[in-house]
Amino acid sequence: MNTLIAIVIGALAAGGVYCLLRRSLMKLIIGIALLSQSVNLIVFSAGGLKPASPPIIESDQQILQGNYADPLPQALVLTAIVIGFGLIAFSLALIHQTYRATGHDDIQSLKNTDT
Amino acid sequence: MNTLTCILFILLLAGIAPQLQKLFGNKTGWVLAIGPILCFAWFLKLLPTISSGTAIEQSIDWFPQLGVALSFYVDGLSLLMALLISGIGSFILIYANGYLQGHPLQGKFYSYLMLFTASMLGIVTADNLIALFVFWELTSISSYLLIGFYHESGESRRKALQALLVTGFGGVALMAGFILLGLASESWSISELLNSDFSASNHTLYPAILTLILLGAFTKSAQWPFHFWLPNAMAAPAPVSAFLHSATMVKAGVFLLARLNPVLSDTLAWTLALTSFGLVTMLVGSINGLLQTDLKKILAYTTLSVLGILVMLLGLGTDLALKSCMVFLVGHALYKATLFMCAGSVDHETGVRDVTIVSGLRFAMPFTALAAGLAAFSKAGFPPFFGFLGKEYVYKTGMYLEDYSHIILGIAIVTNILLMALALKAGIHPFWGKENAKALPKNPHEAPLSMYIGPIILALTGLLFGLFPGSIVTPLISPAVHAVAGHPVEFTLAIWHGFNLPLLFSALTLIGGLVLYALRHRIWKITSTLSLNKWTFDNLYMGLFNGFVSVSKWQTQILQSGSLRRYLLIIFSTSGFLLAYKLSLFDGLPRQLDLFEARLLDWATVLFILGGICMIVKTHSRMTALLSLGLVGFGIAMVFILYGAPDLAITQILVETLIVVLFMLVIYRLPAFRDLSSNKTKFFDGIFAGTVGAIITLLVIKAQNLEIAPTVSGQFGEWSYTLAKGKNVVNVILVDFRALDTLGEITVLAIAGVGVFTLIRGQFTKKRKTK
Amino acid sequence: MMNSIILNTTARLLLPWLLLLSLVILYRGHNLPGGGFIGGLAAASGFILYVLGPGIDKARQVLKIHPETLIGLGLLISMGSGLLGIIAGKSYMAGLWMTGFTLPLLGKVHLGTPLLFDIGVYLAVAGFTLLTLFALAEIKE
Repeated sequence: MNTLIAIVIGALAAGGVYCLLRRSLMKLIIGIALLSQSVNLIVFSAGGLKPASPPIIESDQQILQGNYADPLPQALVLTAIVIGFGLIAFSLALIHQTYRATGHDDIQSLKNTDT
Repeated sequence: MNTLTCILFILLLAGIAPQLQKLFGNKTGWVLAIGPILCFAWFLKLLPTISSGTAIEQSIDWFPQLGVALSFYVDGLSLLMALLISGIGSFILIYANGYLQGHPLQGKFYSYLMLFTASMLGIVTADNLIALFVFWELTSISSYLLIGFYHESGESRRKALQALLVTGFGGVALMAGFILLGLASESWSISELLNSDFSASNHTLYPAILTLILLGAFTKSAQWPFHFWLPNAMAAPAPVSAFLHSATMVKAGVFLLARLNPVLSDTLAWTLALTSFGLVTMLVGSINGLLQTDLKKILAYTTLSVLGILVMLLGLGTDLALKSCMVFLVGHALYKATLFMCAGSVDHETGVRDVTIVSGLRFAMPFTALAAGLAAFSKAGFPPFFGFLGKEYVYKTGMYLEDYSHIILGIAIVTNILLMALALKAGIHPFWGKENAKALPKNPHEAPLSMYIGPIILALTGLLFGLFPGSIVTPLISPAVHAVAGHPVEFTLAIWHGFNLPLLFSALTLIGGLVLYALRHRIWKITSTLSLNKWTFDNLYMGLFNGFVSVSKWQTQILQSGSLRRYLLIIFSTSGFLLAYKLSLFDGLPRQLDLFEARLLDWATVLFILGGICMIVKTHSRMTALLSLGLVGFGIAMVFILYGAPDLAITQILVETLIVVLFMLVIYRLPAFRDLSSNKTKFFDGIFAGTVGAIITLLVIKAQNLEIAPTVSGQFGEWSYTLAKGKNVVNVILVDFRALDTLGEITVLAIAGVGVFTLIRGQFTKKRKTK
Repeated sequence: MMNSIILNTTARLLLPWLLLLSLVILYRGHNLPGGGFIGGLAAASGFILYVLGPGIDKARQVLKIHPETLIGLGLLISMGSGLLGIIAGKSYMAGLWMTGFTLPLLGKVHLGTPLLFDIGVYLAVAGFTLLTLFALAEIKE
């Protein structure tokens, strides 16, 4: 599965970069979304993936024992997902206002700073 | 009172000077002068203690982790310099009071001047190498403000920038040199360096240390070939020139060389470098001075020449040479400050400072004429002025040298002849000679009291020092010579040594100088026909400067074209290339890939995600793109579920849903997707993006197969319930173990929220509505 | 927006239950999947239907306080929960716990500063999401 995940990560990054390079503001944000998914998965798989149970202590146990998933990358990725969401929400507001102010959604026509 | 309070006091005055200007109006200079005068008095009080051989130390921790302390160390050399700086500084302030009377920015000028004074005091009293460097840079910055004070003039700004860049370049070198020196000696403290028997000369880093520190000192003290900024700094108002050129800025380099003399000298490299650059600077300065007709330029070139002499003397390094160096330094500070102030007065009251026009002002400006005359005699080296003593000692040093005595003596005599002629030109000619009032733009009259009191006192001091060298000057200079030499040097200065060779040389100098002076009108006539402006170092500097500017313009236009596409291509190709390069350095990829260990569900999930990505990339419909994005997100949530991360899966699903909803709210207000790019571009982008993706895939595969340090997760698993009373380890990490991080994350969210709020509901929308 | 009686009614009926659910997710997060981030997102998601159905103005009325205020409140609670550690003479963010007690329905209850902190996270995340949702829904042509 590790190799498969690596391929997925690469595909997400490739799709993200391709969308970023398009000229539409909307695709720009889709690209950002794909890239952040890719990075989230990199962090998630950093410790090596294996089918495992969630890192939750059994009700009759005191400490985490047995075959459980690594909790640390999970904590990191959880906040990263939410922050990524914040970024996309903000970007959406931003491109919307950009379009209203300039009347363009073509990035190539947004080179001037004095519109 | 201590050194730090001295400096802080002056800095405080610098801060409030513009306010004081409002309070005291045209008397502010006098009021502010109290600051340096108090410092002067305090330093003078230290003299007996320091003469007895003790140094005064004071230390305050600054960055204790790095061993950087704000510490001060006052020995003979520091004290001598501090007295010159604070003494002359107070007269400069008073002088500026008259010189810039009525200038709208006079208050600011005082601020810069005080800042400069404080940083100079810092340089000469700092004990820590880093602290010294900080003060050193502060003088560069404040002198930039001072030289460019007439900032309406483009030329003035250019020259100020030139001074800043040249001395700043030296400053960077100096910092590197200091760091190496600190590493070599394992101490950042100058006093420790001086008092230990550490000598850098047999350390492997010595060549680097010496080169870098000399670069710093030579640029600051305007040694050839960095000399060109100094005459250009004449763009500054006269008080600045008088201060920078006499006791401060340019002496900082000489001071540094003197300070580190015990640590760095006693090698051939030191002697050779200082002597040769000093000699060249001496000659370049004095010969160039001969060709000038601008009063301030003449003085500037003589300053260059004197700096050359001082550096050369330090290079020779015999006890006698060091003694001469200190004597010459004091003498020069006194007369040069005076002459500059007088030149400024002439400029101020007549409107010209061209010596071919200004002449015979002795009746119109008697006090200024008196001060200038006294200073010029000192500079020219007439007995019994102090300048005579300096020159005499230089000759003596030259005579007692073991090697190359003749060459050095010869150059010294030539330079002194030139200097003498220049002294008379700058100090005597404008006041004696024929009256020429009609040619002047202004009707000449005496400058106000504030502008001649300083010059007169300084000039009289020069005379006094010359008359009583043994009783007044010796106690001042001998501790300094002790500090520079690193061992006690016993001597008493005297002006009369009987009939001997130096006296003969002096006589020779006098005759030569007088002859040159008599020929001045002819020389000016010749120089007016010469055009010397083509191959100067100033032009070389400008060429370099312009080249630098155009290169940066060129590369900025390439890198920062304003096209997002180009930015992205540059960023991704650079980082992709670097990653691929690093990847190729490792021994390739693992032989065995675990593709076939994957379960059916894994394959399904992965294909689902890949399909979604393809849809996003290929579709022309906004809705399809959006839904595919959602599908990809759900696919990733599936991965999270398969690999034991229910928290992540839930978060991912919720976020994905929200993103789709938010997109929907916005998407229909934007135009539909159009086919903007050509097929060729799309093809190129596809290849490019595919390459980036492939590199990342390889990197991840490689990373998965590397040995990783043991994770802290096991610890978290043990503590989660026992210490933090939570069974969901992920949540415990978020709200307990790493709660501060989480606080940071929600703060980021809050800031993004403020951003959205202002974008959508803030002023922007309101403005639109009112339209 | 979409004027559908079914959607309107569903939204009205579902909202209280969704909010309650989000609170449950928040509370049980310390021991089972859930927590402040997820709870906050879930709470905000409850309003999606409300915005799409009855409309943004109604949604604001139901929420009663501004989402901005929720964000501020959340930050304040999170930071404040850390300060309690200092007041107790320990370091900032040190966990403090009340002795456990038993309640009907909830079983054995442990209350402590991490839960307080999580409540802050919940409010901040919910506030941010609602703010964006409302702001983007409110844009007028």
